[in-house]
Amino acid sequence: MIKYTFYFLVATLVALGSFVAYERQLHTQIPFFAQQSKSVWFIEAKVEFKPKKNAPILVTLNIPDKAPGYKIFFEQSSSAGYGFSVLEDATQKKAQWSIREASSKQTLFYKIQVAKEQGDVVSDKVPYVDKSPQIVWTKSEELAKQDILQKALARSSNDETLTRELIKLFSSASVQESSSLLLTNKKRVDVINAILNEAGVKSRVSMGLKLEDARRNQSLTPFIEIYHNDRWLLFDAKTAKQSMDEDLFLWQRGGSLVELVGGLNAKVSFSMVRQNVPALKFAMERYEESVFGLFSINSLPIEEQSIFKMLLLLPTGALITVLMRLLVGIRTSGTFMPVLIAMAFLQTTLLPGLITFILIVAVGLMIRSYLSYLNLLLVSRIATTIIIVIFIITTASVVGHNLGFNTGMTVAVFPIIILAWTIERMSILWEEDGAKEVLIQGFGSLFVATLAYLAMQSETVGHLSFNFPELNLIVLAIMMLMGRYTGYRLFELYRFREFKEN
Amino acid sequence: MPLFASFKKLKTLGILGMNARNVNYISKYNERKFYPLVDDKLKTKLLAQKAGINTPKLFFTLSQQHDVAKLQERLAGLDAFVLKPSRGSGGKGILVIVKREGEKFVKSNGELLGIEVLTRHVTNILAGLYSLSGRQDIAICEDLIIADPLLKNYSYEGVPDIRIIVFRGYPVMAMLRLATKRSDGKANLHQGAVGVGIDLKSAKASHGVMEQNEVFTHPDTNNRLSDIEIVNWRELLELASKCYDMTKLGYLGADIVIDKNRGPMLLELNARPGLSIQVANKKGLLPRLQEIEKIEEIESDPKKRVAFVLGREWF
Repeated sequence: MIKYTFYFLVATLVALGSFVAYERQLHTQIPFFAQQSKSVWFIEAKVEFKPKKNAPILVTLNIPDKAPGYKIFFEQSSSAGYGFSVLEDATQKKAQWSIREASSKQTLFYKIQVAKEQGDVVSDKVPYVDKSPQIVWTKSEELAKQDILQKALARSSNDETLTRELIKLFSSASVQESSSLLLTNKKRVDVINAILNEAGVKSRVSMGLKLEDARRNQSLTPFIEIYHNDRWLLFDAKTAKQSMDEDLFLWQRGGSLVELVGGLNAKVSFSMVRQNVPALKFAMERYEESVFGLFSINSLPIEEQSIFKMLLLLPTGALITVLMRLLVGIRTSGTFMPVLIAMAFLQTTLLPGLITFILIVAVGLMIRSYLSYLNLLLVSRIATTIIIVIFIITTASVVGHNLGFNTGMTVAVFPIIILAWTIERMSILWEEDGAKEVLIQGFGSLFVATLAYLAMQSETVGHLSFNFPELNLIVLAIMMLMGRYTGYRLFELYRFREFKEN
Repeated sequence: MPLFASFKKLKTLGILGMNARNVNYISKYNERKFYPLVDDKLKTKLLAQKAGINTPKLFFTLSQQHDVAKLQERLAGLDAFVLKPSRGSGGKGILVIVKREGEKFVKSNGELLGIEVLTRHVTNILAGLYSLSGRQDIAICEDLIIADPLLKNYSYEGVPDIRIIVFRGYPVMAMLRLATKRSDGKANLHQGAVGVGIDLKSAKASHGVMEQNEVFTHPDTNNRLSDIEIVNWRELLELASKCYDMTKLGYLGADIVIDKNRGPMLLELNARPGLSIQVANKKGLLPRLQEIEKIEEIESDPKKRVAFVLGREWF
């Protein structure tokens, strides 16, 4: 009887999953395959501040009007109790919130949807605005400024080359004394911008956002823009690189990002998530308010959407692990450790991820083998290993950064507790069953993690799991079926290969 | 030899796979609540004593760190003994003392140890150094097993043991495990010990396996494995069979040693016995398990269960 209920349950899950997915497809027109659609970025700006007591509050946020390379087709603000309006003049667009009074920490949201557009990226002709703040130089600063400017002028022939040389000079050691004097208490972009302005170049500071899927708490990166030969040119303020990255979205061009009256400590952070919107619906401004619209993840704030985008990939990774363990018989260290490692790989990408993982575990094992001599109790031993892992990660990030690898931030996404347990388990395994078993399980884990990573980063899987979360019911059904699979594992066919028929 | 056996071939041969073992046998016939009875050697031992099953004599146990100071006192009058953790796995943490020489203790490999080494060993056991999850443990001091001279020639240092799979109280397959130099005196197959299949009816061996390879002699002593014949075989089978009544575990592996003076004794039990026994016997477990599954009412007398098995031609 139990057997029939079980299969009935499995069948119900499959039917339910397919039915809901089909219905959703009918109602929302989201295609099952990502290729038929266009990528849309949902960007959310979050303004946080502390209000002053008994003071009316006015928040002005600089918002994108025409961002080169992108088309903005939907904007929305959400902030309960505030008056809201969008101000637009010839050059800038601003969102303004107002309220008579407020207490405790305030959070305001401003969301936009943008899509990539073909065409020349920076060739638009926004008229020049001179809103750059003037800097009053001290006597010694004036000398330092002249020193750098003269050098830059000597090496350049026009505004474009002057800007480039000026930025390079600030990064070089040749004028280090002058530049470090100028940069005390001031931001590099502001100083460069002011110098350019004073030299008669039409320049401004622009702020760009690097678009990466499922990121939270991002901030803007400053750029220098100059108006030359009837067009705006964009410079990276550190490297003087002139071409614009494909995934750079210029949020603000000139002026200041946020102005706050009646409050303190205004902070703006950005979250974003990429989505595939059907080609048909693309022109429309937003989804219809259907049942599926309400129950879709799209109705959540973007910050949470990013979390769910990751979370909904987990079942796929878990399924891969189940299949590899039960059908193939690969031994892994820790049942679902490979999935968590694969999640980390999603942020570090595969090869750097594999290298850092092996490095951390190898160094950890070496240090852990010393701990064996100390005869520590389990809990404090694991705690010690956790601290060691943190140190290894910190060192790896610092060394990597100094060597010029941009792995610093991403290394930190590795699940530290899991790594500590992995090292602990591997170390015990080494003592009990020898190095061979450690290698078998270590490579088994990495193999499964790699497969899980490949599955999870596939565009189709990402698209389906996020837009049709009900499909995970089918994944669940497969896993349950696997739980009752009593056939041989692939490795057993090898293990028992010498059996002969009687 | 082919690199892989086919799925179909293993099926016709009745090989039990890991998935089938877990789903159809272990989780079906072994109730979780009885696991502690076999995972803790002290519990198994006390239970066996109650059931009248022979086990190595228990001298004393130490469970608290402050008891360790009394170790010397407790060992007074004992010349040969074994110190081991109650929840150890894979033969870890077992210290064998064969005799005394003045103040010193002589370890199985001839090394002389002072009492302070023994004290430290017990402290390590109590701290959980040898237990699988590092849990606090109990140290057991028990009588030394003196290997039966017939089997002694087939083992390097360690005492050979006999693993018998017991299903629903019926012994279904047996294997002799011989320690080798490679396995460091341990009788664990995946550490390089030799597994020798023992025919249930004749108590005779024919060949063995060591690290997936077929062997006909012991690699260290060079004695022929086909000469092995276990004496008092029926007694051994009955002992294994009794373990079912004692633990209520339907699918279990009993590890039995034969002492020169005291005969067959239960060493430990295993609720998740491995599958290598099939390789050592060159036979699949499934046909036998399926026959036993057909029995509706289990015979309550272990002697009758053994007689039943020995009387069937499918063994």
